[in-house]
Amino acid sequence: MENVSLPKPAVSENNQAGKPKEKKRNGSKLFQTLLVPVLAILTGFIIGAIVIALSNDAVIASYRNIFRDPGAALAATWSAISVAYGSLFYGSFGSVTEIFHSIQTYYSTGDSKAFLLAIYPFTESLTTVTPYILAGLAVAVGFKCGLFNIGAEGQFGIGALCSAYVGYAMHAPWYIHLPLALLAGAAGGAIWGAIPGLLKGLTGAHEVVTTIMMNYVSFRLSDWLLNGPMKASGFRPLTPVIDNSAMLPQFFPDPLRLNWGFIIALAIAFLVYWFLFKTPIGFEIRAVGANPDGARYAGMNIVKNFVLAMTISGALAGLAGAVQVLGVDHWVGQGFSSGYGFDSIAIALLGQSHPLGVVLAALLWGTLRSGATNMQLTAGVPIEIISIIQGLVIVFVAAPAVVRWIYRIRAISTQTTVLTRGWGK
Amino acid sequence: MTTNLVPKNAKSTNLRTRLAAGILLLFTGLIIILLFGVNTKPGLNTTFGLTPLGDKNVIPIPDLVLPAQPAIYVLAIVAIFVGGWQLARGIKSTGLLAGVVAFCFVFAFLIWAARDNSMDLVGMMNTSVVRATPIALAALCGVISERAAVINIGLEGIMLMSAMTSVMVATLLHNLYAGLVAGMLTGMIIAGLHAILVIYFKVDQIISGVAVNIVGTGASSFISNRYMQIYTDQINNSGIFPNIPIPLLAKIPILGPVVFENNVIVYIMLILVAVTFVVLFYTRWGLRTRAVGEHPKAADTLGVRVYMTRYVNVILGGLVAGIGGAYFTIGSVGRFDKLMTAGKGFIGLAAMIFGNWNPVGALGSSMIFGFADSLQVKMQILNIPVPTEFLQMAPYLVTIIVLAGLVGKVHTPAADGLPYEKQ
Repeated sequence: MENVSLPKPAVSENNQAGKPKEKKRNGSKLFQTLLVPVLAILTGFIIGAIVIALSNDAVIASYRNIFRDPGAALAATWSAISVAYGSLFYGSFGSVTEIFHSIQTYYSTGDSKAFLLAIYPFTESLTTVTPYILAGLAVAVGFKCGLFNIGAEGQFGIGALCSAYVGYAMHAPWYIHLPLALLAGAAGGAIWGAIPGLLKGLTGAHEVVTTIMMNYVSFRLSDWLLNGPMKASGFRPLTPVIDNSAMLPQFFPDPLRLNWGFIIALAIAFLVYWFLFKTPIGFEIRAVGANPDGARYAGMNIVKNFVLAMTISGALAGLAGAVQVLGVDHWVGQGFSSGYGFDSIAIALLGQSHPLGVVLAALLWGTLRSGATNMQLTAGVPIEIISIIQGLVIVFVAAPAVVRWIYRIRAISTQTTVLTRGWGK
Repeated sequence: MTTNLVPKNAKSTNLRTRLAAGILLLFTGLIIILLFGVNTKPGLNTTFGLTPLGDKNVIPIPDLVLPAQPAIYVLAIVAIFVGGWQLARGIKSTGLLAGVVAFCFVFAFLIWAARDNSMDLVGMMNTSVVRATPIALAALCGVISERAAVINIGLEGIMLMSAMTSVMVATLLHNLYAGLVAGMLTGMIIAGLHAILVIYFKVDQIISGVAVNIVGTGASSFISNRYMQIYTDQINNSGIFPNIPIPLLAKIPILGPVVFENNVIVYIMLILVAVTFVVLFYTRWGLRTRAVGEHPKAADTLGVRVYMTRYVNVILGGLVAGIGGAYFTIGSVGRFDKLMTAGKGFIGLAAMIFGNWNPVGALGSSMIFGFADSLQVKMQILNIPVPTEFLQMAPYLVTIIVLAGLVGKVHTPAADGLPYEKQ
């Protein structure tokens, strides 16, 4: 007898065996979207705190006597963690009271030095954030097309070298020189990203491997350039300092380094948002990323979109390098681009590949990195603790199920994020 | 993914591919003449040392002395001949042709580089094997886990952590083998975490791999800064595995010094490649693994335990990667410095793809990398006009070229990268 499915009874809430009772929805959708990343960051910091405590000699010593004097052990633990995170916070933002006092000083005496000193940590954070915004956008655009661009570091480096070259080899008034230098950086990165994109589109070579290889090629290329054709006079492998007309203007006098690069980064983020979500080309890119077979069926050219996405991604990463050179360092040395590659992947993941998310994630990341230097200086905690925290945050964000399992949050919908396809063509 | 995203134009135009391949091979022959032949003054000789100096274990054979310019021209003629044959008649196995021409090119390059000089060829080949070892172990880890359709790109993190723990344990217990075991365990634990994230929590496999990399790199650098560089004698000074020549086999003239006089990790690598190849393709267990990798649903309906197989494979892969990581410290320098893997994990991934997810292929492509690596060191000593940085680029460029050319012909495990939902 054939199995005919009967219509389900109208009321189904309570009786189905094995089905969990549906609780009331945990708040609005915004709350849900933010809940997991926030909890992820929190959990990362908690584990980081444990690591800090365990690696602190004074804390270990106090735990030897834990049964005789538990208070001292707890006090030592708390002290270690609070000193570390306190210096992290101070390194990232400065002290609020100091800023307040310095504003008062400015108003009473007209002397702005104290104010500048007080906002230095905060401006440093924003300066560090700037390249992360652009590099994060680069990886995010790749993700939107289903492509994994690990080559951000190489594209960053190439873009930096190109813009530095225009900066010191050409001489023109600033309204020509500066845009040209920025454009050169973007173009260099674009070419470096287009090559893996072309290879993927035409031959199916997986972009993870090709971009990693291009990274290493770019490192060697920059080694050669910095020791040879682009070397400044002297012993150290670095380029000459760029012209004043190619430098991005700073907001405050030295040593505060915050410059127009930050504004440019925010503007580009808005541009990318507009491009991805408000134009047909952006729609095609996102469609190819979401469902390549469906996109091909709809008549979209997969190869063209792959190449376009990788080129834009490379251009953004190159622009990140350009902004860093023109705004902050004013010259390029070895190891200029190190670290930006993986961090930008993490930022794109944390920001769910959406430009606004990327900006917020970059703000978090850059602020942490900036503060971590102070933490290493003041509290003696090696700067790599930030890497550990960041890695854990990625895991928790990418696996919302882990966070939910830890905090016993019920899920509304099953979110299995599969951002990239395997090695398949 | 079984669907083909990039619709390839049906290669019905065999003529076009034949022409392209033939012209490329001919071109290579011409380049050999132009770059190497013309630049070599006639009358110079190149001496290839075939017996490593001071090596008492091997039967000594005389050096190979070649007249430089004629030898280069001969190789060029061979390349041109092969290219011309391909143009005219076409040969089925283009891979073989490419291999022959590549050999001619590399050999001609070596002759030119060492003209009027001598080069320890056997020593260089031995260095290639040694340098290929961590890459091959990383590639092997990738093969084992990806044959069950779990992508593991966290190799850098795993290798760094196991490098660190192996040197720590080896120094503390004054026993190198204990260090090796520690490295293996570390690899298994970290790979196990990756497996749980990917199989149970169904995190995207590449994201999890990236996270493992970041945490592994950060944690190993953190511990290195905080402890290893400070308490060096207590936990960071282990000594290295000695080279053990195998009694009879080390006497064989060229093979002996290259393959049979290495330390235990290299031997383990070679044995593992053979074992993995046999197990994967000639045993029932291997068949089940590959089935899980190609079509997990079909395997499931036949009773294969998909989840268990994937866990086992990923953890075994982690074990192999752990040995690879241990190589960097207790097999090579005897101490841990942060970031010492220098991207070998990623190169191992490339070797895996290059090798078509086959253990022996992975070993072959790792050897190419190892050779390129040892070549560029040799070139720096020989002082040839090409800047060293361009020589250092060679392995990476070769990977890109081969990847682009071969990808249509390599076979990814079909379910690679996709989480499995049991229905």
